[in-house]
Amino acid sequence: MLNIKNLEATIDNKHILKGLNLNIKPGEVHAIMGPNGSGKSTLANVLSGKSGYETKGDIKYNGEILSELSTEERAQKGIFLAFQYPLEIPGVNTNIFLKTSLNSVRKANGEKELDTLTFLKLIKEKASELGIDEKFLSRQLNVGFSGGEKKKNEILQMKLLQPKLAILDETDSGLDIDALRIVADGVNSYKNKENAFLIITHYQRLLDYIKPDFVHVLSDGKIIKTGNADLGVQLEKTGYLNIV
Amino acid sequence: MKTEDLKNNKEYKYGFTTDVENIRSPKGLSEETIKFISNIKKEPKWMLEWRLKAFNRLKVLKEPDWQKPKYPKIDYQDLYYYSAPKSASEKPKSLEEIDPKILETYKKLGIPLDEQKRLNGIAVDAVFDSVSVATTFKDELTKKGIIFCSISEAIQKHPDLVKKYLGSVIPLTDHYFATLNSAVFTDGSFVYIPPYTKCPMELSTYFRINASETGQFERTLIIADKGSYVSYLEGCTAPMRDENQLHAANVELVALDDAEIKYSTVQNWYPGDEKGIGGIYNFVTKRGACRGKNSKISWTQVETGSAITWKYPSCILQGDNSIGEFYSIAITNNFQKADTGTKMIHLGKNTKSKIISKGISAGNADNMYRGLVEIKNKAINSRNYTQCDSLLMGNKCGAHTIPYIKNNNATSTIEHEATTTKINEEQLYYCNQRGLDQEEAVSLIVNGFCKEVLQQLPMEFAVEAQKLVAISLEGSVG
Ligand SMILES: Nc1ncnc2c1ncn2[C@@H]1O[C@H](COP(=O)(O)OP(=O)(O)O)[C@@H](O)[C@H]1O
Ligand SMILES: [Mg+2]
Repeated sequence: MLNIKNLEATIDNKHILKGLNLNIKPGEVHAIMGPNGSGKSTLANVLSGKSGYETKGDIKYNGEILSELSTEERAQKGIFLAFQYPLEIPGVNTNIFLKTSLNSVRKANGEKELDTLTFLKLIKEKASELGIDEKFLSRQLNVGFSGGEKKKNEILQMKLLQPKLAILDETDSGLDIDALRIVADGVNSYKNKENAFLIITHYQRLLDYIKPDFVHVLSDGKIIKTGNADLGVQLEKTGYLNIV
Repeated sequence: MKTEDLKNNKEYKYGFTTDVENIRSPKGLSEETIKFISNIKKEPKWMLEWRLKAFNRLKVLKEPDWQKPKYPKIDYQDLYYYSAPKSASEKPKSLEEIDPKILETYKKLGIPLDEQKRLNGIAVDAVFDSVSVATTFKDELTKKGIIFCSISEAIQKHPDLVKKYLGSVIPLTDHYFATLNSAVFTDGSFVYIPPYTKCPMELSTYFRINASETGQFERTLIIADKGSYVSYLEGCTAPMRDENQLHAANVELVALDDAEIKYSTVQNWYPGDEKGIGGIYNFVTKRGACRGKNSKISWTQVETGSAITWKYPSCILQGDNSIGEFYSIAITNNFQKADTGTKMIHLGKNTKSKIISKGISAGNADNMYRGLVEIKNKAINSRNYTQCDSLLMGNKCGAHTIPYIKNNNATSTIEHEATTTKINEEQLYYCNQRGLDQEEAVSLIVNGFCKEVLQQLPMEFAVEAQKLVAISLEGSVG
């Protein structure tokens, strides 16, 4: 699904990713762990097509050259990024945003756009699975949401858009244990043989709930170690220092 | 809105002209021209005298020059002050009598005038250059005692009301453009809502400039008698021309005790091309008097068109407990300029005013909010709240806010908040990551920015206005 070869990324003269390799197949869950500033968010941004990065290397996504696709095309083709810091958009009703987003993706894939009633029924269902109060959906997008509410809203969008490759950037940070469990349940219930996850996290605790197939350690713009779920448990005990 | 729709709308879609034979006044501004207008409209003598008084006053007035947008000198002798389709020189009595070309024009503009296809629940007065060509739903309104007709008809049929109120809010001597309008105004709408009557439908006027080298000087007068309510909307378009055309309207509103007037404008005059050639000079005087106690006047404007927009819809809060509101979206793109805002003059006790202004600037455009809040010493316990937000798209445009505040008594409060933001790249990226393309993302964010104002528009027009906002900003990001 995703093949990254020798990826380098630079922004504002800062060389951040320095030759990163990663292969992800459908049905797999990959975790990326690493110290602050190692380039985790940068990787997520480059994959989702944020502008401003100079890149080298090859990224193929389902056979296509990723750099040739615009940000919205990547999204329409199933790349989803749950933001580390979801944006607030004042004046924009959450429901309207979600509906516009879903219909853009559906339209690009030749599917029929949903009318308001069908959409509302669908979103109510998804929201209740995540324990999100309906009232949230009529508030302005992320405005005045708590950290946890914003993160849950990201997972709601993931479940709504049904991406093929979901990248979660520190979705667990700032969540209390109940919210963490809800987010993890959200991911687990969506996981299947066709889609894949790239989960960026600092902590093993999320990986207690979502079992990764691979754990990668990112340091100074490179993956320096790859292992199975046990690597995460080990890191939690020893910290990065022993590996880096 | 769909991307295809946006693409199709890229050009100003109202820019066509209608080929009709016109009757014109003599060229230039003179007593002869004024007599011509008064005569062709079969006006009573008092009306002509009123016009001539304004004309005499005009001779000693100077064009104001304090506004930010400068414009080349207008040669008032090189303009026509009256132009009307020959077929409409006698106002058509029924739709069958209207020139089919004109009917077709309004159909193209999305304002069908024929009985079967009329807009549901909205009565329309259609003004084509200098004359009103049709007014719909007249019978239904007449049954309730509501008068909705062209100002020319009102001068003939309701002279007492016109004499009493015309010029009572904007005096003959007010300022250059208002006085010019008083001398040469051609047509516009007249509304009278009788006491304790709620007007059962939206009233609207659709202004269309068609002829070239012609100024449009319309005059609108709305009177809401005691305890009545009316919601009124005006829309405007013009052909694409590389000349600048002058539109200098006067709008007067009078609200008596416990009456409420809601006045909405969606202004989409031709803005000129992307190099700044052509477009309408929209120099308009709009003023409302909350004359009675507990009366309310609310202005809502969505200004997206015109090369230069220069207007300050205002409220004079005379009656105790009266309320004035001003909600504005002003969008300028390419080389458009807007200098707009409001004046809230508090005279009565416990009067309240609220100003919400959203300025959006893109391309090389310049957007200015200029507003006056004045609380006189007798207006005890009065309050004003002002919020001015500016949104900039790109680095070459400008936004400015000049609030003038005069508070003459200690029991009153004036609050002012202002923000300026640049359209946020991170927000756009977030929207793109959710599958929205650039135009959809901009439209969503900008409409969010304008929401408080869009909410004030009657439902039927809010959707149109949202689309208009998106179209006006087309191509301004990325
Ligand atoms: N636009 C930028 N300009 C300069 N430095 C940047 C920019 N964005 C990120 N960085 C730097 O690059 C490094 C990696 O950032 P990031 O990918 O956000 O790290 P992580 O998510 O692993 O904590 C950090 O040192 C960060 O300060
Ligand atoms: Mg990060």
